[in-house]
Amino acid sequence: MKKVYLDNNATTKMREEVLDAMLPFYKDIYGNASSIHEFGRLARRAIDDAREKVAGLLGAASVEEIVFTSGGTESDNFAIKGAAHALKAKGDHIITSSIEHQAILNTCKFLEKEGYKVTYISVDKDGIVDLEELKRLIADKTILVSIMYANNEVGTIEPIEEAARIAKEKGVYFHTDAVQAVGKIPFDVKSLNIDLASMSGHKIYGPKGMGALYIKKLTKITPQMQGGHHEMGKRAGTENVAGIVGLGKAAELAKKELSDESKRLTGLRDYLYKGITSRIESIRLNGHPDKRLPNTVNVGFKYLEGESIILNLDMEGIAVSTGSACTSGSLEPSHVLTAMGVDPAETQGSIRFSLSRDNTKEDMDYVLEVLPPIIKRLRDMSPLYEKGKK
Amino acid sequence: MEGQYSEKVMEHFRNPRNVGEIPDASGIGNVGNPVCGDIMRLYIKVDQNEVITDAKFKTFGCGAAIATSSMVTELVKGKTVQEALTISNRAVAEALGGLPKIKMHCSVLAEEALRSAIDDYMAKKKKA
Ligand SMILES: Cc1ncc(COP(=O)(O)O)c(C=O)c1O
Ligand code: FES
Repeated sequence: MKKVYLDNNATTKMREEVLDAMLPFYKDIYGNASSIHEFGRLARRAIDDAREKVAGLLGAASVEEIVFTSGGTESDNFAIKGAAHALKAKGDHIITSSIEHQAILNTCKFLEKEGYKVTYISVDKDGIVDLEELKRLIADKTILVSIMYANNEVGTIEPIEEAARIAKEKGVYFHTDAVQAVGKIPFDVKSLNIDLASMSGHKIYGPKGMGALYIKKLTKITPQMQGGHHEMGKRAGTENVAGIVGLGKAAELAKKELSDESKRLTGLRDYLYKGITSRIESIRLNGHPDKRLPNTVNVGFKYLEGESIILNLDMEGIAVSTGSACTSGSLEPSHVLTAMGVDPAETQGSIRFSLSRDNTKEDMDYVLEVLPPIIKRLRDMSPLYEKGKK
Repeated sequence: MEGQYSEKVMEHFRNPRNVGEIPDASGIGNVGNPVCGDIMRLYIKVDQNEVITDAKFKTFGCGAAIATSSMVTELVKGKTVQEALTISNRAVAEALGGLPKIKMHCSVLAEEALRSAIDDYMAKKKKA
């Protein structure tokens, strides 16, 4: 059966080049990068090289600003807790948005238990954060603003340049969870004047369990992992050399291909959405019409529930999701769609199609062929549909 | 979580039995699931001997909701109204080879829709 994987915001398939780059570090080059002998030096050199590539992708001024972590989740935890703990004497107030990933939201909840105060700013119907609200909310005790660069569920790209400027004008640190944006849209921490930025390897055809945190020079941050002097004293633990090399390779390739690939994906994404609108009635686009990730289109199918659509597509070899893979075990409606003001009855039938470099126009055509009869069959089964039909 | 459904659940989900409406139904049950907002409507046809001769459903819900809807229509057909009242959500889930833990509440929808359809039938009978 034909297989079409359209769940690339959950994770991507690792590239051959990345795996090839990693393999020697699981076999012959096994030294500890902290050792002074040749075994160690080879590992160290590979890490230095990868750090340069990641710094290049993020637009960091210096390689020392990149700290390797175990992924986006750790980077988010490190940024938020690390800044909060380091700035405790200055204040206790954190501002974030209501549509962040769980890695941010649950870290903030954790800090609230420690006594910090967190404000969650709202978004408009397209998922864009309210900058006026941000301006109003920054107070004397505010120490950190964290707003994601692009949302994982609907793909909306946030105005982080303005958000960072607002924060910096008030002398407040700015962090962005750029896990979904990195490698898909241009990102340059220097020109955006960002203090902290999280990225993850497995969203850019790199290894899982591997990520990085950009920490601008002189930014105050308390390490969350105590131990040896690894990673400039910011993150202890013997380095995952193969993982780091894989992340470096993925970063290098992403930077090289970003511009062409983002154009191609935008074309495919819009082709898919247009095809859906011309074949199926009563649908909606969740997310901003243009300020959106090139690979992401989230469609709400009225009168339907998401899981039944996913299972049906799965039977045809098509992999999609209802939103965040991390929340699929929960029964709550999507917090992102809810924050965007989508009618609760309509959040249920929302499906995220997230494309990758492997997807082709034929894949989109296959979806467009398979999807309409599934939607029709499920709607015929839905007690809500006849009401809407009139 | 998704993907942990039994073979039987998937089979009923793929080919749900008795989808639709009964225009001259003897009773209609309409229930919503307070946990997740899903909705089920169940139609039953009862003959003069109090035997349920036909059952049909429409469901807005997850895979488990659709499979349990399908199963409950299968289970009630041929039973008397009194017998049907003893069908519990557990019985429906068991007939499907079990449900993932977080999906057990979905089977409640089927049980309640059945109760509600029978209540409706009883109320109509009293009036007649
Ligand atoms: C926006 C966002 N932040 C953080 C993460 C977590 O990254 P990781 O899976 O590498 O821990 C993800 C993906 O799961 C994400 O989409
Ligand atoms: S999640 Fe609502 S009925 Fe299953």
